[in-house]
Amino acid sequence: MAKVHVSTSVNGQHTEFLCEPNESLLDVLRENLQLTGTKEGCATGDCGACSVTIDGTLVCSCLVLGVEIAGKEVGTIEGIAKGDVLHPIQQKFLEHAALQCGVCTPGLIVATKSLLDSNPKPTEEEIRYYLAGNLCRCTGYDKIVRAVQDAAQTMRGKRA
Amino acid sequence: MESFAYAAPATLDEALDILKSHRRRKVRTQLLAGGTDMLVQMRTSDREPRVIVDIKKLKETNRLNVGGKDTYVGAALAGVLLTADKQLVARHPGLVEAVDLIGSSQIQGRASLGGNLCNASPAGDTIPAIIANGGVCVIASANGTREIAAEKFVVGVGRNALKPGEILLGIRFPKPAKRTSDAYLRFIPRSEMDIAVAGAGVSITLDKSGKCTAARVAIGAVAPTALLVPAAAKALVGTRLEPAALQAAGAAASDASKPITDKRGTVEYRRSIVAVLVRRAAKIAAERAGALK
Repeated sequence: MAKVHVSTSVNGQHTEFLCEPNESLLDVLRENLQLTGTKEGCATGDCGACSVTIDGTLVCSCLVLGVEIAGKEVGTIEGIAKGDVLHPIQQKFLEHAALQCGVCTPGLIVATKSLLDSNPKPTEEEIRYYLAGNLCRCTGYDKIVRAVQDAAQTMRGKRA
Repeated sequence: MESFAYAAPATLDEALDILKSHRRRKVRTQLLAGGTDMLVQMRTSDREPRVIVDIKKLKETNRLNVGGKDTYVGAALAGVLLTADKQLVARHPGLVEAVDLIGSSQIQGRASLGGNLCNASPAGDTIPAIIANGGVCVIASANGTREIAAEKFVVGVGRNALKPGEILLGIRFPKPAKRTSDAYLRFIPRSEMDIAVAGAGVSITLDKSGKCTAARVAIGAVAPTALLVPAAAKALVGTRLEPAALQAAGAAASDASKPITDKRGTVEYRRSIVAVLVRRAAKIAAERAGALK
């Protein structure tokens, strides 16, 4: 099978890789680029564990081909913290114990950032609907919603 | 063909050439828009190698125009772009409602109207809404462009009217007449993230006195394809959408339905619920039409 050479940007860094034409972006991130923070849950677009952004739009990386991201800007969980300093969303997930096993957490944090970037003051209902595509089987979601609300407040404070 | 290949043509001519040259060599091609159905199928029900032709770089599939004569929605535009467009929401609220019901935020970041039509699921939520709005599919081939009504585009479960070498570029909607609006409702047993048990898209035009002068009623998930139900529309025209008229429209939709029993619902349940959805969607569409100037 002829591999395709792809030139792209991941978390602001110019990146090049070779991939099969039918290989998912998720597999490219994890296997080719060793960015294993993005998790595979269902591989059918139902669970959101593999959430990333492409040019700022939230998507499931299992439903994107690696070859499709040529010339795009991909954002993954690895790009959320600034070096050793956690992003307020990550900090609040820890403080509110909004995770247990952690498999859904990278996807939830990427999705939460996408929500708060476009809607800095979401209602609880808006949070629950926006994150409905991120399944968590541990927390029961309440702690996640509280962490998102608290993170939103912190981020609004920083902006002001 | 033993392996997959990928092409992302930058122009329509280039895309049509790719389809033509592979067809000549008897190499299978498949058009890719958002891929939210296709990539899942590629890993499960249909693993056969093919040339994936990504149509997301074409200007014709990316154009959104809420214009003086009509509305044009490029076939590959992601749902998030449609729900964010205030003009489109104001003109075709039910259509955007249907888009907004499909999948998660992540799915809406990729899934498109064109893909929903081409995937041709009986339960595709946008399809009844597209039909209710009088949507016309704009299809390109090496021989030029042809247009067919959306209700004729889906021809069976998972089957559409595209011939080899053709590309669905977009969907064109006539500009709604004054005091016209639409609504789409579906029933699922929970509040989000599910596939319709039944769906109904309705467009209503009122005169100044509030009498219905035109209507289009389309139903989904109750037959192999979404159905336009002229008898249901006829039951509404000339009325003020009184309870009796709504009942008659719902009954006509029930009669037109040809549902199956599966894990989502029985024949009897689907027949019954589709009537309720038609009544409610007609009422919402009429309220919206009355609120418009």
